[in-house]
Amino acid sequence: MSEHLLYSNGQLGENDWQLLTDEATDKTDAPAPDTKLILPFPRWQALGRPQYGVWLDNHENVDQLRDALSAIPLIALRFPVFTDGRAYSQARLLRQRLGYRGELRAIGDVQRDQIAYMARCGFDSFLLRADQEAEECQAALREMKMPARYQT
Amino acid sequence: MYLYDEQDQQLVEQRVAQFRGQMQRHLAGKLAEDDFRPLRLQNGLYVQRHAPMLRVAIPYGMVSSRQLRVLARIAREYDRGYGHFTTRQNVQFNWPRLEDAPEILAQLAQVQMHAIQTSGNCIRNVTTDALAGVAPDETVDPRPYCELLRQWSTLNPEFAYLPRKFKIAVSGAAGDRAATAFHDIGARALRNEAGEIGFCILVGGGMGRTPMVGQVVRDFLPRAELFNYCEAILRVYNQYGRRDNKYKARIKILLKELGLEQFRREVEAEWQHLRGGPGTIAPEAFARIEARFSQPVYDAAEATFSDPVQPDEPAFRQWLTQNVQAHRMPGYAIVTLSLKAPDSPPGDLTADQMDGVAKLAERYSQGEVRASHEQNLVLADVPRRRLYELWQEAAALKLATANAGLLTDMICCPGGDFCSLANARSLPVAEAIVQRFANADELRDIGPLRLNVSGCVNACGHHHVGHIGILGVDKNGEERFQVSLGGHDGSGKGKNTLGRIVGPSFAATEMPRVIAQLTDTYRRQRQVGETFIDTCHRTGIEPFRQDLYGDTP
Repeated sequence: MSEHLLYSNGQLGENDWQLLTDEATDKTDAPAPDTKLILPFPRWQALGRPQYGVWLDNHENVDQLRDALSAIPLIALRFPVFTDGRAYSQARLLRQRLGYRGELRAIGDVQRDQIAYMARCGFDSFLLRADQEAEECQAALREMKMPARYQT
Repeated sequence: MYLYDEQDQQLVEQRVAQFRGQMQRHLAGKLAEDDFRPLRLQNGLYVQRHAPMLRVAIPYGMVSSRQLRVLARIAREYDRGYGHFTTRQNVQFNWPRLEDAPEILAQLAQVQMHAIQTSGNCIRNVTTDALAGVAPDETVDPRPYCELLRQWSTLNPEFAYLPRKFKIAVSGAAGDRAATAFHDIGARALRNEAGEIGFCILVGGGMGRTPMVGQVVRDFLPRAELFNYCEAILRVYNQYGRRDNKYKARIKILLKELGLEQFRREVEAEWQHLRGGPGTIAPEAFARIEARFSQPVYDAAEATFSDPVQPDEPAFRQWLTQNVQAHRMPGYAIVTLSLKAPDSPPGDLTADQMDGVAKLAERYSQGEVRASHEQNLVLADVPRRRLYELWQEAAALKLATANAGLLTDMICCPGGDFCSLANARSLPVAEAIVQRFANADELRDIGPLRLNVSGCVNACGHHHVGHIGILGVDKNGEERFQVSLGGHDGSGKGKNTLGRIVGPSFAATEMPRVIAQLTDTYRRQRQVGETFIDTCHRTGIEPFRQDLYGDTP
């Protein structure tokens, strides 16, 4: 099974961003600027190239992206396991505090029954865990209508 | 009580449909147990020793006669004819079938009830003072704020997967009957010098294996900032709370590791970003919530009647003394229906009793009942002239045991008979103690005494804050019971204290004798007007220890 890419508007997409998870890759050899890469934060920082995508582990402070935010096309936040909810706060901070407007993608243990929470925290794309059914996940985005007054 | 609007109702119905789907996928093998567990827990469903357990929320303790009848029906149709009231104003069903849970939740939703977030590592059911709105010592009715917090915490997307569970209690009176110092957040509503309503915010209290008294993080928080400040606390906790060890994952450990000053700096810094922002509660939002609460209708003429006098009914007079409290409205009384009858496990209520209480509430108390922190029920608006009638009917339901606040009014967890966490069976010990103290005169002579029993260190029976606390422990495969003294939850006068262990543990069979010995020591040591906890605080545990174990320290 391959991983589906779902957007918060319910559309499925082609995943044309390559996620580099191997931090051991050569840190000095910069990839071509027009390749769609999501780099681990340390490498992204080392390259000083905000036009690449970047992914953060859930203990990394989103403030470190502050100065480059307007140029970053995509930020991915990782859920190592779905029960570890730190990335929800990272997402909120990126959207509400730091005003990030680019794509915010959930990666890792991303399942049907959490994506509505993710969407409400500001994620707009979900790289679903390989066993997740696309249609089920689309339905998950529609199943609850939260009263506006409950949370901002 | 709060009445749902269309949006509130739609939400609980959608939640039921969502959980039905999750259960179907789980039963069809499409949702693995590890992925399903947090989902079912956040819908109140545990898997226990014998069967699943469903914990239903009674938000801030308020339940109507209509709702109680549905609980009774559920107890009959899906359980074994009873329910168990907990210290956090929830009701638990111990014998439902896993696959019936969605249907039970659907029936609850029809009467504006749910089991949302009654378990799991999320913000749990908000609790409060069972005497809210009627207690003479109240400055602010905490219930509208509880409802605001209920809404804010319900499916709050940022805080659904916290390091550990998170409990909030709100009080608004001089006597803290909500144990706010023993919650992750305790919000004490008060008025400042200008008369504005706000909260004193405590953080980091809790029981469990590392009991701690909550600390004041902010003396006065304007009420408009309630969500923003809670969000700041939760956000700090969500990011920095420990996730490597579930026994060190509560916010109290984070507070302890950072220290109060550093913790406060973190929270206040976060709050400065949120303050005055979109999470601020507008003045009209308070009015809107308050308007959705049904208000009790009081009759001024009630004040002109005198109390019923029944010279031939000493049992009634004892009940009047023990289970009836002053109401803020002249002519009305607050009545405790004791769920601590001698032959019934503490906190348990049969389906027939539930229906009976529903009827009592309709006849005598505006159709509403409260669940108390002490695992009793409260009828909060009873005309005093009708107390004798009420007593007769309550007695017929075995709900008029005149022991509110006395030794046999124990807080007790379900223990090893039901719970898979327990080390020891707490219920048989409680039962043996109740049998030992069957003499009502002796009980009243001993006076106010909070005896709390937990079957394991998770402390669901709040043994840390019992004037006498009993903790079940496992010692080389044998059930033993450890006794502590001097705990206090702040509900009466005096400060919040944690009990101290008196000495080596006892076998279950020794416990009635042990408790009797402790009360004998108290009766010998007490000075005029001193209750058990007063004497305990004055003398320390030493005289009790000596009487219990002999002179060797």
